[in-house]
Amino acid sequence: MPIPEITESFAGKVNRLTLGATIEQGGTRTSTVTVGGAENVVYGGSTEDSGHKPVIAMDVLDSRPDDWPDVLAENYKDVMESPADWGKKCVDEFGAELICVKFDGIHPDKGNKDAEHAVKVTQDVLQAVGVPLILWGCDDDEKDNEVMPKVSEAAKGENVLLGTVTEDNYKSLTAIALADKHNLITEAPVDINISKQVNILVSDMGFPLERVISFQATGALGYGMEYSYSIQERQRLAALSGDKMMAMPVICDVGYETWRVKEARQQDAAGWGSAEKRGPIWEAVGAICLLQSGADIIRMRHPKAVEIVKNFIDNVWQ
Amino acid sequence: MILIGERINGMFKEVKQAIADKNKGVIQELARRQTEAGANYLDVNVGTAASDQEGAMQWLVETIQQSCSTTLCLDSQKPNVIEAGLKVADPNNGIMLNSTPVNKKTDEEVFDKYLEMAQNAGPKSCLIALTMDKNGIPQDVDTRVALAAEIVQKVMEKGFDTPRIFIDPILLPVNVPNAQAQAGNILSALDQINYLSDPPPHITLGLSNISQGASERSLINRIFLAMAISHGLDSAIVDVFDHELMNVVATSEMLMNKQIYSDSFIKAYFSAR
Repeated sequence: MPIPEITESFAGKVNRLTLGATIEQGGTRTSTVTVGGAENVVYGGSTEDSGHKPVIAMDVLDSRPDDWPDVLAENYKDVMESPADWGKKCVDEFGAELICVKFDGIHPDKGNKDAEHAVKVTQDVLQAVGVPLILWGCDDDEKDNEVMPKVSEAAKGENVLLGTVTEDNYKSLTAIALADKHNLITEAPVDINISKQVNILVSDMGFPLERVISFQATGALGYGMEYSYSIQERQRLAALSGDKMMAMPVICDVGYETWRVKEARQQDAAGWGSAEKRGPIWEAVGAICLLQSGADIIRMRHPKAVEIVKNFIDNVWQ
Repeated sequence: MILIGERINGMFKEVKQAIADKNKGVIQELARRQTEAGANYLDVNVGTAASDQEGAMQWLVETIQQSCSTTLCLDSQKPNVIEAGLKVADPNNGIMLNSTPVNKKTDEEVFDKYLEMAQNAGPKSCLIALTMDKNGIPQDVDTRVALAAEIVQKVMEKGFDTPRIFIDPILLPVNVPNAQAQAGNILSALDQINYLSDPPPHITLGLSNISQGASERSLINRIFLAMAISHGLDSAIVDVFDHELMNVVATSEMLMNKQIYSDSFIKAYFSAR
């Protein structure tokens, strides 16, 4: 019996978006990254339909993290004091295609560092690596609105991805991303209706939807994982059906979410196997799972997990 | 929802006058405003007044194309009038032909003629087919569905993809004696037409017809449109200038989970069109 042809074709597609700008394009990046463009569900059509390969953005924190488990921290123990060296190590040794600078240190409860610090970190990392950057605030609205516009300005011309804007706090960062010609992450708390609303709000400010990446919030355990998966899958289907307000590529934060899961990070746990293998495998499995729902950029942390997922992507998106 | 703007029709006084005076401005303004209001297609009907219907159709098509590239829906029961319009229509814009019954007493081959014109009008062309034959407009559900099935079978035999066919189960004015049951019959027919093929044909209706001569026309149109969308109607020939009607389209599609809800869902619906 012949295998029936069940490939569907769709009217819409996921937007294409390029991050980074080379010298010719007015920046200083040595490479750029293009994501999106899928015209079908993941594995749903021909190779041409699948769009650009998903990419991994490795996390670099602006300040030394004090809550990372040893199995994760030991990979960066020589560079944790220097975001520039940290970024360089991610690119040179672990093959990061993007670096996500996460400004945890500016959070009022986590060091409360000022804009000057954040600008310096941005400039140092820009100088140290040639890949495009994601610059992600501390998720405290007031502090982000104070610091991130200066970070954006410091990266002017580099076509970075700035994050994040939410339904309740989008005006400052959207305006500055528009002025500095950067790209923007719209964030919603695992709620597709709010996700669409944030996209409408930034679009109302004149921000081009083609320069937006969606962040639906990520879960790395149980229901959280399931919610992220089904929302991202629904977003992909909406994009394919022609909903322009939902046609943006998607970013997930698997690194942070994995390493706050007890089962991934606990050092000594009878019957759970070695922490050295368990954590990275948890992170890799989380990333691979979400890739299948239609993720385009995945933030990750453990180099072993990055290696596994890169290998998976290279095998599947040929 | 695939919306076909109904306003460029010689039955409307201003259009009739514009055709008579060769007044391009009136037609182009209607084309532009309907497109802005959300029309995916612009119906083009010369009406009955023009003596030279073929010439009037060509003038309308050329006039509209000078100002916008919205896909046109050539509307005539006479194949030669459609043919005349096709001669001057820009094939890059796509085209819709409106409409043909399954057959006629006076012309057994009418369906094949329309289908052939559609097939020769490029890969993006589509055709509205009426669930009507030489016996007239059916009054019951089963005959409507049987005629729809015949249409689907005919187009599949000719290799015309089913999503390029728009089945029109023909809406009758609700105030016509003994026709009041027809609105309900149409809804039952919609339920079944959606299962005739995979992918299914589109289904369209000349919405304003339901309230012809009745009072509370807008209200009747709006309510019936919401009801029909809930039974799978995915296209309609409508007055896109009826703002509340357009809100009904956006809301009905959202409630049927065809559009993801957001607080600005109406705005999102129209800005994404």
